[in-house]
Amino acid sequence: MEDDAPVIYGLEFQARALSAQTAETDAIRFLVGTQSLKFDNQIHIIDFDDENNIINKNVLLHQAGEIWHIGASPADKAVLTTCYNKSESHCFLLSLALFSASLCTIFLLIISCDSRVVSCAAVWRMPSDWETGSHESPDDTAHNPQTLELLCHLNDSAHGNAACVLWEPMGDGKRVISLADNHALLWDLQESSTQAVVSNTATLEGKGQLKFTSGKWSPHHNCSQLATANDTAIRGWDLRTMSQIYCIENAHGQLVRDLDFNPNRQYYLASCGDDCKVKFWDVRNIQEPVKSLEEHSHWVWSVRYNHSHDQLVLTASSDSRLILSNMVSISSEPFGHLVDDEELSEGEDNHQDDKGKEPLKDSVVSTYEEHEDSVYAAEWSSADPWLFASLSYDGRLVINRVPRALKYRILL
Amino acid sequence: MDGEADETVAVGDDCVPGRRRRVHGMLKLYYGLNEEGKAAEESESLDPCDINGPHFDPELYLNKLRRECSLAELMDQETCMVKQIRSLDSDMQTLVYENYNKFISATDTIRKMKNDFKKMEDEMDCLSANMAAITEFSASISGTLQDQHTQITKLSGVHTLLRKLQFLFELPARLNKCLELQAYAQAVSSHRRARCVLQQYSHLPSFKGIQDDCHAIMDKLAQELRQKFRDGGSSAKDLSECVELLLQLDEPAEELCDKFLSHARSRLESDLQGLEAEIRPYPSAAKDASARRGCNEFVSSLCLVITSYQELFINHAQTGELLHAFVDNLAARYFSLVERRIQEEKSVGDNSLLVRALDRFHRRLQAVAKLLPGSAVPNKGTEIVIRAATERVKQYLSALQSFYMDSLTDVRQALATPRLSVAGRDAPNSLPELLSSLSASILNQIKSVLASVHLFTAKDITFSNKPYFKGEFCSQGVRESLVVSFIKFVCQSSRHFCESAGDKGGSTPPALLLLLSRLCLDYETSTISYILTLTDEQFLDQHHSPVTPVTTLCAEAKEAAQKLLNHYVKVQGLIISQMLRKSVETRDWVNTIEPRNVRAVMKRVVEDTTSIDVQVGLLYEEGVRKAHSSDSSKRTFSVYSSSRQQARYAASYTPSAPMDTNLLSNIHKLFSERIDIFSSVEFNKVSVMTGIIKISLKTFLECVRLRTFGRYGLQQIQVDCHYLQMYLWRFVSDENLVHFLLDEIVGSSAHRCLDPAPMEQSVIEVICERG
Repeated sequence: MEDDAPVIYGLEFQARALSAQTAETDAIRFLVGTQSLKFDNQIHIIDFDDENNIINKNVLLHQAGEIWHIGASPADKAVLTTCYNKSESHCFLLSLALFSASLCTIFLLIISCDSRVVSCAAVWRMPSDWETGSHESPDDTAHNPQTLELLCHLNDSAHGNAACVLWEPMGDGKRVISLADNHALLWDLQESSTQAVVSNTATLEGKGQLKFTSGKWSPHHNCSQLATANDTAIRGWDLRTMSQIYCIENAHGQLVRDLDFNPNRQYYLASCGDDCKVKFWDVRNIQEPVKSLEEHSHWVWSVRYNHSHDQLVLTASSDSRLILSNMVSISSEPFGHLVDDEELSEGEDNHQDDKGKEPLKDSVVSTYEEHEDSVYAAEWSSADPWLFASLSYDGRLVINRVPRALKYRILL
Repeated sequence: MDGEADETVAVGDDCVPGRRRRVHGMLKLYYGLNEEGKAAEESESLDPCDINGPHFDPELYLNKLRRECSLAELMDQETCMVKQIRSLDSDMQTLVYENYNKFISATDTIRKMKNDFKKMEDEMDCLSANMAAITEFSASISGTLQDQHTQITKLSGVHTLLRKLQFLFELPARLNKCLELQAYAQAVSSHRRARCVLQQYSHLPSFKGIQDDCHAIMDKLAQELRQKFRDGGSSAKDLSECVELLLQLDEPAEELCDKFLSHARSRLESDLQGLEAEIRPYPSAAKDASARRGCNEFVSSLCLVITSYQELFINHAQTGELLHAFVDNLAARYFSLVERRIQEEKSVGDNSLLVRALDRFHRRLQAVAKLLPGSAVPNKGTEIVIRAATERVKQYLSALQSFYMDSLTDVRQALATPRLSVAGRDAPNSLPELLSSLSASILNQIKSVLASVHLFTAKDITFSNKPYFKGEFCSQGVRESLVVSFIKFVCQSSRHFCESAGDKGGSTPPALLLLLSRLCLDYETSTISYILTLTDEQFLDQHHSPVTPVTTLCAEAKEAAQKLLNHYVKVQGLIISQMLRKSVETRDWVNTIEPRNVRAVMKRVVEDTTSIDVQVGLLYEEGVRKAHSSDSSKRTFSVYSSSRQQARYAASYTPSAPMDTNLLSNIHKLFSERIDIFSSVEFNKVSVMTGIIKISLKTFLECVRLRTFGRYGLQQIQVDCHYLQMYLWRFVSDENLVHFLLDEIVGSSAHRCLDPAPMEQSVIEVICERG
């Protein structure tokens, strides 16, 4: 049972932002946002043809600035949000240069001293014909990429720099949360997402300059809970009252980098951080993590539960490794897949054999070393539960599959 | 004769005493006194030609000679033989002469004896005559004295009878008097003597009266005795006397022994209560001796009871079981008291006191065992001793553990205090001293504990011969649950330091981590095997039960040392990382001014790294590093920043080929090994320093990648990196590692720069050197 080799795709620019196209459940599709200060940034739409092991790409221009975070709408395939940095001086400079080439250098000095880097968030729509255009003339798109269509900004000048934008999971694509400095803003998108109104806010209060680093909208409890990370703490929020419901102080020895909710067990939460650890929490008992892994040799930047089989956990780290762990003991199927009675009555002999086999233990399934720079993002495909992508800083996207042996053990 | 002559010739050249002996030997042979035994038998050959053999045949010999020898040889033989015969002759003469003299002196002696015997015969005749006269006289005397003798005999018989009668008549009065004086023993013995006589002559009225009187008195006496017995106030000795008398007065034995035991019980119980009372108010160790004395009183009086009981009721078979039950019952109570007393013995101060007390206890019980062979008491006593010993060992273990933790606290304080007073410089100097004093004090403590425990197995302690103390106590008790447990505790507590401090952020000072790691490493290399050898020597183990091997412990210690050192690297790396991270995160890199100096934080990083280097160098060896490039690091550095870096920037200016930006660093990465940041380090300074620097620089890199830089921001990073380059290469095993990471940092910041215009290498150098 040979596993397929990983598929590697190289971007021209450095990249940190990766997302699966959540609303797309047929094609395996990922969105990657690039980071470049000098050129126009792009969003690469990566289609993976599972049967032929081929990648198809489409590039959309994101001219607003370098992309730090990307989120795809769960309802509308074409809608996405980005968090991006824009350097204000840069824009200024360009317009001045148009006026006078001789003045340009002088102004450049003055203005660049006053220049500011601002983080913004916005909702975008992909041009409707991006797909067809690419198919007709693939060469052409590389030279003349189409541009994203801005739907609305999620900016509120009072609330500082946006760190990330979260879509309501499984929602109708009408609600998003943006985390900006120490505020969590709940937006209502109106008039087919062209207008965004802040419907509610929550503020993190405490000593010093507190800043949200990341967050996750819980798919449980009717989507009424949010978990955020700031410094070493993890906090839970109730979105109906916008008040804090729990706080795990010192969840990690150092900065908490990412969070994810177990899709099947409502109180279970995974977190990762700069202490090289991945921790699993039961938010009903926040004194101690349920489980703690220390497999990476540097900061862990991303942790993701598989959407269907929550024992599979993907972690990405700046030690350039991606690790797939099999956390059976704290999954929703701790004893493996339960065989139905009907199946048993049909029963062939090999079913009996399966029952006798040892229960799976928590273990590292495999370590992926295809990256050569820090891996900042990893995502499961929304279409194929056995497939995932990871993105390293040097712009390398790697698509891998869960090893077949494990896949069959989980399924059978 | 010929044979003898030949023999003499054969030894002719021997010295004179040798020859004489040979002659005597031959004579003995002749007289059949075979003295030489085996040697003679061996020489006895059947060869008729052997001139010395008994089967020598001269005719045959002569024929043989004549046949075999030449004329000259025959001539020689002949002269030889003549010479031998001659010497034999002279020997013969000497012998005859000697014997003749002896014979003459013997004749003289016999003659003298004959004369003496004649005189003696006369004297004997005279003696027998005298004896006959004496016999005659004696017969006449006895004849005359016969009559008087019979009279005297009669008179004396009458006198005795009268005396007896007088005794009988006086008996009631005497008994009364005895009763008054409480001389019961005398009364009873008097009565016993008279009893038979009185019984016999009871048909005579006068005797009957006496008998009745006596009975009355004796009843009274018995009553009084019983009374006394019942009161039970008197000592055990009195009591047993009482019982003896009553027995003699034909009291029923069962009843008596019941009563006797119940009395003994009440007295022993009062003893026990006394003991209990004594234990309660004085739980301190000082009262140990007094309490023990109390115990001894109890056991000795118990012994006394047993002996007297056995003496008294020796004839009554069934009473033995009663005694057993009685002893067991009391002993159980006694043991529970003793055990309570022992449990109160918490202080570890002087083990000899406890051991001596236990020894005395055990010895007393041995006495009970001798008296009462079937009893379970001594076994239970031994069990108590064993329990006490195990308990002791446990206490020692916890004492050792608390001692270890206390000394760690001391070390921690010692690490903390000088730092406050002398501002950081003095503290590291004392590290090796602290380490040696710590390990020495722990070792001493272990030794003293071993010495204390060793008292349990000393030769002069009675229970040290028990199989438990010979085998299990040594191997399981001392070796496993004391020494091995302690070593394991040390390792575990060390690991605990790593875990507890890991999350909550450096509650353990890093110097302590370093110190402990060295301690564990020392344990691994030598101390553990030393301690175990010491233990095995002191506690020779006869029954070889499975024990934890040295290698397991060593592995555990090594693991602990590794963990501690890794944790040390992590903590130190974190401290430096924190500085770097703050410095990167808090600055506005876009709007910074042109760099004129190396930032203070970099100097601080180098300073801290140097002091860590010194600290680690105090405890760990240098370690191996890859050969440096022949010159200093300068040359490499200029290559790094001028050629490669320039190429990079050049690439980033040309918009037509954006891929080139990453190409060089990617190619570089392809060929360089993957760097594990938080990885295990080796036990040497260079490896430790490499680990710390790796962690710090990687943090720097990741932080830089999260920021956006202006032109001067980039230049500042260049300056900082150059400065780090100048100082950090000397600490690490492979300077390329530092180059690579710094390269990445500068490269990344160039990427993150809005306006990448690198600073001139020469300017950077000037700034750095000025700093």
